[in-house]
Amino acid sequence: MAHVLVVTSGKGGVGKTTSTAALGAALAHDGEKVVVVDFDVGLRNLDLVLGAERRVVFDLISVINGVAKLPQALIRDKRLENLFLLPASQTRDKDALTEEGVASVISELRQKFDWIICDSPAGIERGATLAMRHADSAIIVTNPEVSSVRDSDRIIGLLDSKTLKAERGERVDKHLLITRYHAGRAARGEMLSIEDVLEILLTPLLGIIPESEEVLRASNVGSPVTLNNASSAPARAYFDAARRLKGAEIPMLIPIESRGIFNKLFGRKAA
Amino acid sequence: MNLFNLLRRGSAPVARERLQILLAHERVTRDQPDLLGILREEILAVISRHVAFDADKVQIKLDRGKSVSTLEVDIEIPNGFGAPIAFSLSAHA
Repeated sequence: MAHVLVVTSGKGGVGKTTSTAALGAALAHDGEKVVVVDFDVGLRNLDLVLGAERRVVFDLISVINGVAKLPQALIRDKRLENLFLLPASQTRDKDALTEEGVASVISELRQKFDWIICDSPAGIERGATLAMRHADSAIIVTNPEVSSVRDSDRIIGLLDSKTLKAERGERVDKHLLITRYHAGRAARGEMLSIEDVLEILLTPLLGIIPESEEVLRASNVGSPVTLNNASSAPARAYFDAARRLKGAEIPMLIPIESRGIFNKLFGRKAA
Repeated sequence: MNLFNLLRRGSAPVARERLQILLAHERVTRDQPDLLGILREEILAVISRHVAFDADKVQIKLDRGKSVSTLEVDIEIPNGFGAPIAFSLSAHA
């Protein structure tokens, strides 16, 4: 049965698009049929992170407006045949998204895919509320930092009140994905710890993605980190998170500080 | 927390405490109108009905605490004879 998953956060720049691409690729790699849908109309980036920016012809808005049929707008990934992208429009604005249009696209996608992953724009405006509207479950991407945690709390409130599921009296399954986690800083009390974030947000943890240069390297070359370097620490964390989404019970490992030669030579403050 | 503790233990405990206080407040008021804002407006409306005062001479302070918030409305009312009399109103919400 198709599963609609929204990747959201409130705050911008915490890793929604990176996480959408990485999890989408991980699920597709494990045999699931996946579409990632960019809801950030006017500021699309999922195409770029997936390396498909030169293949965009039609987009979500063209489908909503009837300019293109859904299959014409779907872009198949060149590396994974089970992974598809429905890009956002770069020239229109958020108002081009309509409630009925989104409902009809999601319902058509449900017929074709196992996973429909909606990459939400930042903020709490129309694009963000429409991205979460049809969600069966949600991933709240949070950095261990005060403004991100506060915005996540706000988004959790919206997931519990503004989604179709919430309006029917059901609950959207919520999962917390902590990104850009720096084990050394948390250990030194310079960064909120995993326990701090969980205690404040009271939401089950899906995964912890360590801060890593591999994430930037992957987006530089237009490849999800789970494909670009599958054995790297962030890729392994995303693969585990994807398997937990499918119901697998995988023990959660809290990253510990790995001190490189530079740190060893110059002391911990060098980081 | 003093500077020594901050340097020694890091600032994460401060972040955690600030978030806990803030979110406890935001969760309660999330779907409610801004009660203190409404109180402030209505109090000023009532007073302006009876006495003329200069809007620049109104000081409003809001202090949100863990269990009690304080709204302090300080209005300077000219009495027309020499020095103004300060008029102060406090509300606990």
